[in-house]
Amino acid sequence: MAFDSFSAFIAMEGHGPYVWACYAVFFVLMLLMMIGSVRSRKAIVESCRRGYEFQADKSKVAASPPPSASFARVNVSQD
Amino acid sequence: MWQFFHKLGSPKWFFGISTRFMPWLLAGGVILLMAGVVWGLAFAPEDYLQGNSYRIIFIHVPTAFMAQSVYIMMASAALVTLVWRMKLADVFVKAVAPVGLVLTFLALFTGAVWGKPTWGTWWIWDARLTSMLILMFLYGGVIALDRAINDEKSAARAVAVLVLVGVVNIPIIKYSVEWWNTLHQPATFKLTEKPSMPAEMWVPLLLSVLGLYLIFGWLACVRMQTEILSREQRTRWVREFVMKGRV
Amino acid sequence: MNAEARPVVRLAGNSVGALAAMKGVFVRDMKVAFRQRQDLLNPLLFFVMVVTLFPLGVSPEVSFLREAGAGILWVAALLSVLLSLDHLFRHDFDDGTLEQLVLQPQPLFLLILAKTLVHWMLTGLPLVILTPVLGVMMHLDGNSIGILCLTLLIGTPVLSLIGAIGAALTLGLRSAGVLLSLLIIPLYIPVLIFGTGTVAAAAEGATVGAYLALLGAFLVLALTLAPFAAAAALKISLSNG
Repeated sequence: MAFDSFSAFIAMEGHGPYVWACYAVFFVLMLLMMIGSVRSRKAIVESCRRGYEFQADKSKVAASPPPSASFARVNVSQD
Repeated sequence: MWQFFHKLGSPKWFFGISTRFMPWLLAGGVILLMAGVVWGLAFAPEDYLQGNSYRIIFIHVPTAFMAQSVYIMMASAALVTLVWRMKLADVFVKAVAPVGLVLTFLALFTGAVWGKPTWGTWWIWDARLTSMLILMFLYGGVIALDRAINDEKSAARAVAVLVLVGVVNIPIIKYSVEWWNTLHQPATFKLTEKPSMPAEMWVPLLLSVLGLYLIFGWLACVRMQTEILSREQRTRWVREFVMKGRV
Repeated sequence: MNAEARPVVRLAGNSVGALAAMKGVFVRDMKVAFRQRQDLLNPLLFFVMVVTLFPLGVSPEVSFLREAGAGILWVAALLSVLLSLDHLFRHDFDDGTLEQLVLQPQPLFLLILAKTLVHWMLTGLPLVILTPVLGVMMHLDGNSIGILCLTLLIGTPVLSLIGAIGAALTLGLRSAGVLLSLLIIPLYIPVLIFGTGTVAAAAEGATVGAYLALLGAFLVLALTLAPFAAAAALKISLSNG
């Protein structure tokens, strides 16, 4: 350990604010970028899934004989 | 050999192989980076000239190093895009450019904050800082051009041309900025150069550079996968992956 | 302006040599440019206005102007070249001439070189000619003005050549003008540094031969590489559809 105590570690002989600000910004930006990348990957998988399900529904509807008019709830994607 | 090359260019193949590697990249990267950072922050000896502020080096050097090598990687990929029209290469350029921008920004930011206790000012028009700033502009231009062109294929090729023009210019910019710097101000502000770094300093530095490299690899994989998924939505393998969860 | 009024490029067929084709493009572009004289004047007016802003905005002190004058003139010249670049391919792109040019059997980079030469002769060269007047207004001494003109004479063709790459890349895009500046300004930095650096060195009494040689090296490099990059970029932009 290069420091005598924890408070000395935080203070870094007066250079603490600079050092810690750097590390904070570094980790925050890296984390944001990593989380953002994972989330956009998830989002694209999700939108693909919805697209495929929508297509599958449509082809099912096309395959079955046209239903007579009814008031049944129809699941339609809102996008 | 050629078969391997073709395989390498296939998005499906890449998707499968990268999914297998990604956990290892992330785990290795985080462990190495944390080890380097903790070692550097708490255990490395104090620098006798700069005091504790030098501890910023353990993130400043990795980000600066990565910022430059990412551009070189992009340029190699751009060459591949133009010569062999390999799909993966332009996916790489597109996926990685924003990461490069963030890394360049981090290198500049940590450099500026380090400068305050060392040089007594947030910013000096030091040759290295200035050429880093210009590198950030280059990244910004690449991203802006990519966003501006709607057609995927021509966007990829236009960006490739721009990246290659940039990489020809980088040594010229670096050299001219250094020349300008010596002309305009005597080298009063220079990072104090010590004869050699003790091992307790460079080993953690090496660890954090390697760690950031691996994390970058993981980020590149995630972002490339995102891009591949959005481009290949209509293929059967993407459909199978999305619906059944495997490639 | 209607299409018939614009001179056509007469260079179809393999029988026309590359040099003749370049000459054809050169003559034709000159003719087109002189039919739209206002477009020729705009960059010059812009140049003068930007230079005027500095004494007004910073300080009319002789000492300041003498120190910063060369830099201000260089930056203003750079900006006005940048402003005029949007026109380099735009009109030809809009009326389809550009596609015909790409289809010619002669190498495209030579034709682009001819177009860039016209662009420089109509923007860069007038700027150089105007510089002594503005130099006097900025209280530069005679020697500095001479060196400044010389650096601009070597430097502005580099600006046009590099700019042609950017103009080709952003062709047909929305907000092409701003994007063009974003892409090109970082690449202009070395030219700016050496252009103003030469004048500064001359003011300190140093010999400037080496600096001018370096600027000349930039020019040669840009002459050999930029037309290829611009030709590649132009083909990509045209295939964009």
